[in-house]
Amino acid sequence: MQKLTVDGVTHEVEADPDVPLLWVLRDRLDMTGTKYGCGIAQCGACTVHLDGQPVRSCQTRLGDIGTAQVTTIAGVSGPVAEAVRTAWRSLDVVQCGYCQSGQMMSAIGLLSGTPKPTDADIDGAMDGNVCRCGTYQRIRAAIHEASRILA
Amino acid sequence: MLKVARNPDPVPSRRAFLGGAAVASGALVIGFTLAPARQARAAAGGPDLAAMPAQPNAFVRIAADDTVTVVIKHLDMGQGNTTGLATILADELDADWSTVRTSFAPADAALYNNFAFGPVQGTGGSTAIANSWYQLRKAGAAARAMLVAAAAERWTVPAAEITVETGTLRHAASNRQGRFGAFAEAAAAQPVPAEPKLKDPSQWRLIGAKVGRLDSLSKTDGSALYSLDIRRPGQVTAVVAHAPRFGGVVKQVDDRAARAVTGVLDVVTIPTGVAVIARDTWSAMKGREALTVTWDDRAAETRSSDALMAEYRERVKTPGLVAAQRGDAAGAIAGSAQVLEAEFTFPYLAHAAMEPLNATIERAADGTYDVFAGCQLQTIEQAVVAATLGVTTDKVRLHTQWAGGSFGRRATPSADYFAETAAIVKATGGKAPVHLVWTREDDMAGGFYRPMVVHRMRAGLDAKGAITGWEHRVVGKSIMIGTAFETMLVKDGVDATSVEGASDTPYALPAYRFEVHNTREGVPVLWWRSVGHTHTAQAMEVFIDELAHAAKVDPVAYRLGLLKAAPRLSATLTLAAEKAGWGGNASEKGRGVGVAAHESFGSYVAMVADVTAKDGKVKVNRIVAAVDVGIAVNPDIIRAQVEGAVGFALSSVLRNRITLKDGVVQEKNFDAYEPTRMSEMPVVEVHIVPSGAAPTGIGEPGVPVLAPAISNAVFAATGQRLRSLPLDLSGLKGA
Repeated sequence: MQKLTVDGVTHEVEADPDVPLLWVLRDRLDMTGTKYGCGIAQCGACTVHLDGQPVRSCQTRLGDIGTAQVTTIAGVSGPVAEAVRTAWRSLDVVQCGYCQSGQMMSAIGLLSGTPKPTDADIDGAMDGNVCRCGTYQRIRAAIHEASRILA
Repeated sequence: MLKVARNPDPVPSRRAFLGGAAVASGALVIGFTLAPARQARAAAGGPDLAAMPAQPNAFVRIAADDTVTVVIKHLDMGQGNTTGLATILADELDADWSTVRTSFAPADAALYNNFAFGPVQGTGGSTAIANSWYQLRKAGAAARAMLVAAAAERWTVPAAEITVETGTLRHAASNRQGRFGAFAEAAAAQPVPAEPKLKDPSQWRLIGAKVGRLDSLSKTDGSALYSLDIRRPGQVTAVVAHAPRFGGVVKQVDDRAARAVTGVLDVVTIPTGVAVIARDTWSAMKGREALTVTWDDRAAETRSSDALMAEYRERVKTPGLVAAQRGDAAGAIAGSAQVLEAEFTFPYLAHAAMEPLNATIERAADGTYDVFAGCQLQTIEQAVVAATLGVTTDKVRLHTQWAGGSFGRRATPSADYFAETAAIVKATGGKAPVHLVWTREDDMAGGFYRPMVVHRMRAGLDAKGAITGWEHRVVGKSIMIGTAFETMLVKDGVDATSVEGASDTPYALPAYRFEVHNTREGVPVLWWRSVGHTHTAQAMEVFIDELAHAAKVDPVAYRLGLLKAAPRLSATLTLAAEKAGWGGNASEKGRGVGVAAHESFGSYVAMVADVTAKDGKVKVNRIVAAVDVGIAVNPDIIRAQVEGAVGFALSSVLRNRITLKDGVVQEKNFDAYEPTRMSEMPVVEVHIVPSGAAPTGIGEPGVPVLAPAISNAVFAATGQRLRSLPLDLSGLKGA
């Protein structure tokens, strides 16, 4: 039995320590806001925060999490998260929306450390997040918009 | 065992206003045929639809709390049609947009068929808005009239004196007003007007305006449910070991190690492979890794894509089936001042939607079944599930979920992954709801690709640079032959989708001959966002560009000279050229601008691409697009679809290809089949041609023009003509 704190709630999870956090979230805790896209850290759909830092949950083993706090799209909060949500909604970034949990978690991670990102900063932070609908132009605009909201 | 039952029943509650639409018990079987294409196509947006009686009961429900729920008969896989369809109905209803909700329709071909597909409910061909335009306007107008009639009765005033605005009914003379919810029940008892009066376009408030996407909220907080998120009580998860080669079948299974994996509950052999059933996805995947399966490849496709391509390139030199002809093209070319020839090759492409394929089927106590999936061809999916489980279609209920992309893949004429889920339910006796998950590798290696294609063309120019004749051959596997759509789209062996966008070119060609070869390899093929146009637009628009240069005429002017009978495409091309500043001076070395224009699915798109080609790489800097989709129902969503089409198609221009080695697919995940990434995304500007014509679609038409616009820009930048896709950039070294 391992203690796992997700979005501020502590769960007791009985699972192999090798199980990726992604599947613990989705199949054990039924927290499906975090998405499976590739399973090999190539698409970023599964991005969550561990103590505020974006990680790919498909490559994060349950046994390696220790006491770190897990934050998902469903529970992420604070001024940066609110600015990102507001920007995403006002610009209607989403299309199919499946990758957007991961996109937003990466964007929140970027803006938390770099409140006024340049386009190059955005490329660097967001290149690991794939959107097959091709919403990149609006994601970029929404990150700049969130930056303005936070200023 | 998993234990969450948090999915509300997505089937519309039948309690609320405007009563219950009867669920018809369809008796379609898998072998049905569809309406002839011409008839079906003429129907889309045409006078027949305008004359159909209003059906408010099927499409709108108004609750006592004033919420207006629009029933969506299509799948929304990201293209935003839920918002678009709701906009159409809500405008005629004069609803308060903030109270508008949507609900996906159940499978019911009698009520919810796609008029472009004949008797089939489904989504594709960029038809959602076009085929629903009159249906939803009439439904909204009829519901509005019924609300007005109910208010007139209650207030005992003439209906003509009642005004409706933003969800409120008002009688000014007696100073009375009320919200929709207060009249919903009484309105339901009113007769349905068959021919409600539709608004004049000047009265539209939502159509043509910026309304927010209705799915933005739930898709930005993790609450939107995709079918991969379905968690039914007692559900088990299945992962299937598929044959490594298309057409391979199970010969022998050793499942002892798989059954020993923690969490694995069962292993069953089904027609498409070996299913490992577990309490969760990870356990199922681990169980599959532990399986030892021997495959029988006697009927399998074992050739490599290189070998198939070599066969295609030989075959394209020989005469094929005639798709279209006029005059004596060969004779005309023979007598020309200049003759140009070109060959274009195209690889297999995977759809690779972000949400891998999956479905969940649950057996109810009464022996009926509930299907939860991103349903895109409901009528066929229902029929296939019913046939697989040995029940009639009325025993199968579909619950359409948000789909994490599709690009065509979820609409498979064989409903392949539905059938697979049903086969597992059957093999396990329906004991537990089965949640089938295809991993990314399953999804990408699972076939149903955009066909591999070769085009070979010859054209003659006279001394003035005018086209004399045009010969054009296409080699590839037909998408439609062997499917339920064959009678609709295949004539004399020619699949219309193999040559659409070429044999029906709007360019004025004095003599032409289009021929087709249907190949028969065992690789399953399917429509891929814009279908035949994915390759025909590249062949046509690059070759036209070559002719323009050979004729020493500006490529825009050359096209306009050939499009005198195609005013909408001409106007769209003109707008794109104007907005892009076409004709300006060449910029720095290695930078170039190219243009392409193409009609698909009744919509017109032109793009001007600005690229930099150097060090063996192409960087697309900017795309200026113009589109004519008739009336722009949601201009911002139209812009988003074109922006997205660029992001989607760019990686297929630059690098994507599915290859087979000895029949085995080599690209199985995003490392080997890499989608466009943020740093590669160009600036995209989208301009909409003002129009009063009935609306057409924009889910697909942005895709075809991107590749030729970029290819033509690369030529402008480097002087090198790259025809085949993905662009072979090795020839650009030092450019």
